[in-house]
Amino acid sequence: MSTSISWAEVEVGTELPSLSVPVQRATLVRYAGASGDFNPIHWNQDFALEVGLPDVIAHGMFTMASAERLVTNWVGDPGAVVDCGVRFTRPVVVPNDGVGALIEITGIVGAKLDDGTVRVDITAKCEGVTVLARATAVVRLT
Amino acid sequence: MAINLELVGKSYPPAPAYEVGREKIREFATAIGDDNPAFHDVSAAQALGHRDIIAPPTFAIIVSFLAASAVVNDPDLGLDYSRVVHGEQRFTYSRPITAGDQLVATATIENLRIAAGNDMVTTRTDIVTTDGAHVVTATAVIVSRAAGADV
Repeated sequence: MSTSISWAEVEVGTELPSLSVPVQRATLVRYAGASGDFNPIHWNQDFALEVGLPDVIAHGMFTMASAERLVTNWVGDPGAVVDCGVRFTRPVVVPNDGVGALIEITGIVGAKLDDGTVRVDITAKCEGVTVLARATAVVRLT
Repeated sequence: MAINLELVGKSYPPAPAYEVGREKIREFATAIGDDNPAFHDVSAAQALGHRDIIAPPTFAIIVSFLAASAVVNDPDLGLDYSRVVHGEQRFTYSRPITAGDQLVATATIENLRIAAGNDMVTTRTDIVTTDGAHVVTATAVIVSRAAGADV
């Protein structure tokens, strides 16, 4: 493993380069196929409305994958991620209007841990609303 | 419909071994919009010290989803899958998933509770190689929303 950031250099409070992730219906269909999660709430508007959702919503795992991408972009070697977790607090609603939704991901180094790892605290927002809580990734730096 | 809270601790037979293919990793990485060379280019991954291309951290959901479907589809549990949303997810890695891995996933019900009419199921899926070496543990909370509840 060889990360592009060293543990010795990194400082708590460092902001990671942010990420803007556009999501359209086609993005969700592609993600459904790649992940095997074909829950119709992610592609069938009638079904989503029937079960009480405002519209088709993005896979929570797509949002989480985007959050981890922020971290793996920063660290260089994605194999450095030893732990990652999120709570899905609000759905990312994806209207069929040709525009879709935009997920804004930011992150900050929250802690340097004694075992050569650092914890990144991640924020994911859609239309200004936080969609993930307690989103963290622990990465082992060289 | 309420879930059967007595099933805490129940483990399910492991899903058949999942063979991690290079093209599946590339397809998944493309679907999440990630062009990191470690997910696509064998020589780039090897330059980082990996045996082959590695998978994005959340790729483990594919393997754990297959195993955890035994839980959500367990008739004894009584979960209404049509009202299920994902509550929480965590992955704890011993090493990255790598193309060529043969992975065996075993799901266990870690916790069950009912909060404000929502059924909440915590599953733990231990993912190991066919040789028994730990690769990643996936912990998920799935929520079956009470009828009439907003998200």
